[in-house]
Amino acid sequence: MTDRSKTTSISRRSLLKGAAGVAGLAGSGTLLSAPYVHAADPKVLRYLGTAVNEGDEISKKCLADTGIKIEYITATTDDVTKRVITQPNSFDVLDTEYFSLKKLVPSGNIFALDAKKIKEFDNITPVFTKGELPSGKKIGGQGTAPWKVLYLEGANSKTFSATPTDFITLIPTVYNADTLGIRPDLIKRPINSWAELLNPEFKGKAAILNIPSIGIMDAALVVEATGQYKYADKGNMTKAEIDLTMKVLTEAKKAGQFRAFWKDFNESVNLMASGETVIQSMWSPAVTKVRSMGIACTFQPLKEGYRSWASGFCVSKAVAGGPKLDWAYEFVNWYLSGWAGAYLNRQGYYSAVLSTAKANMTEDEWGYWMDGKPAKADIKGPDGTLMEKAGAVRDGGSYEDRMGGVVCWNAVMDENDYMVRKWNEFIAA
Amino acid sequence: MAPPQRGLRKMAVRSIAWLQAGPMTLVFALFFLLPLVLVVIVSVWDYNEYEMIPAFSFRGYTDTFEGCVAGLPELCTILKTYLKTLKLCLLTWGLTLLIGFWVAYFLAFHVRSKTWQIVLSLLCTIPFWTSNVIRMIAWIPLLGRNGLVNQGLIGAGFVNQPVEWLLFSEFSVVLALVHLFTFFMVVPIFNSMIRIDKRLIEAAYDAGASGWQTLVNIIIPLAKPGIVIGSIFVITIVMGDFVTIGVMGGQQIASAGKIIESRLSALQFPAAAANAVILLGITVLIISALTRIVDVRKEL
Repeated sequence: MTDRSKTTSISRRSLLKGAAGVAGLAGSGTLLSAPYVHAADPKVLRYLGTAVNEGDEISKKCLADTGIKIEYITATTDDVTKRVITQPNSFDVLDTEYFSLKKLVPSGNIFALDAKKIKEFDNITPVFTKGELPSGKKIGGQGTAPWKVLYLEGANSKTFSATPTDFITLIPTVYNADTLGIRPDLIKRPINSWAELLNPEFKGKAAILNIPSIGIMDAALVVEATGQYKYADKGNMTKAEIDLTMKVLTEAKKAGQFRAFWKDFNESVNLMASGETVIQSMWSPAVTKVRSMGIACTFQPLKEGYRSWASGFCVSKAVAGGPKLDWAYEFVNWYLSGWAGAYLNRQGYYSAVLSTAKANMTEDEWGYWMDGKPAKADIKGPDGTLMEKAGAVRDGGSYEDRMGGVVCWNAVMDENDYMVRKWNEFIAA
Repeated sequence: MAPPQRGLRKMAVRSIAWLQAGPMTLVFALFFLLPLVLVVIVSVWDYNEYEMIPAFSFRGYTDTFEGCVAGLPELCTILKTYLKTLKLCLLTWGLTLLIGFWVAYFLAFHVRSKTWQIVLSLLCTIPFWTSNVIRMIAWIPLLGRNGLVNQGLIGAGFVNQPVEWLLFSEFSVVLALVHLFTFFMVVPIFNSMIRIDKRLIEAAYDAGASGWQTLVNIIIPLAKPGIVIGSIFVITIVMGDFVTIGVMGGQQIASAGKIIESRLSALQFPAAAANAVILLGITVLIISALTRIVDVRKEL
């Protein structure tokens, strides 16, 4: 999304601790234990993405393990997409979301990765490859669900393949299930439905995100929750459905339901922490941030389910044929080998390859983040800050419960152009 | 043989003039005219989800004015947005002019020493020592529902409930804009006031003019170029602004700049360009109306 959490600062001590931990785990993967000899010619990859996964620690660890130097180029999701389309030579590796692929792939600037060269490809969670949980439970596929845009028909194809092939658009790295954030101390009653976002009880205290393609899906979840309408696909509405959804939103806006709209991570944190809003669309790390300020905030599971997003790596066509392509494969393989996955899991996201991440986490950490169990010891973030005290249980419970509750995915609609115009109308109303 | 020689000299003089004007002309053409022409060209291209199509199409414009005729008497999005932008612009302009004029007046006529004039006008620049965004965000803890102002009002017993319109409203937008841009009024007005010959004021005083008459008949007319230049600064900035209006309006208030931004975010470059051309047209209209009132070049 635009500017999710960024935890780039790191103390020397926590880095040493992390390094010690990794040393202890060496041997869990061949890549980790392989000694790296400094070559004369540094291997550099220009990594374009949002700030979500661009941690200093990840690049340092990657350099230590593989000798690949990562140069971060940070931009918002919109700007990342713009850059891929207009300046494909300005980056090597791209970190972006699945819904962007509908714009990126037709531009012809993305190189189809070979699944056979991705070591852990077969271990990638079936959420991405089949649309189901490891337990076999099917999950919701409305919107631009990753498995709809994961495969290409051929190496140079611009068409997505519905059946698995070896040509991969975007290797998944991280994903999560989004829901509403609430201030339980100010609401003082249980919240269990998306419909509460437009409940007049919270007049002037609600907020929604001003990213049209995501905001309209949250609105659609509300519309369904109130029983006004049932969409065939919330992530791909018809013009009439867009009109209906925007009408509901506009009426709420005119009635003074919203305190503000937000566009980036920090805005959402400020709105919630200052008490300007008590219920709003929110991202998980933003909830964590509010909570770390000592303010009660819940990433509220709702009975209608979650709206999910997922991002991963793809490679610019400009690297094809050069040594950078090999480095890119090496980097992707390193990323999926566990250390980075554990790092992401500790931030509250989910890693694409569960088995390798698990090997890099303690049993207690895995229990808290993935199994929905109460933490036995204090839970610390990747940078060593205290996130939850012992005994805490994660909002929304286990991986099964959260990802199993996904009903739709962030999307780009066929009627995107019309939707953006209608959204402008809504803002002007 | 005199005439050809004179012709040569004339040519030499002319070419020197061209040489002198050349660098600026080049910079102007390269960084202003060329991009502008490109924007106009792109605005009549077609587009899809991921690319601009170099085929002639008015889609950017027709989409922008969608429903304007059919929706009457209800105003369409673009008109509503422009009316709102103009309203915010007008309020900001009026307030910055009022405040800026009196600040400049004080600096020019009440502060006697040159040193103090410099010190005080430097003082006006202090808000510009931090970034735009920080200056805006600083208002939020002050004006919020649980902010200092509301705490003060409730504490003093003026209100029982927090005042909601202080933040994320047109009020907070105008407040922030005035805070940000008054300085752009102060400087040009001060600049023209300081060049007013003090003897003129003395003469008016000797001739028995009241303070008000002096102000209206001498100071304001002579400060007009400064007023117009300051107004051009403020109006052009506010018409194109989308950050301040976005942040202080809680993203709920539309502005002309915001439409361009959201079109750009959706990769609809031709539509964004069309909106930019419309915005430019309207701003140019306002500016040319202002320069009709005062011939800035003549007055400088």
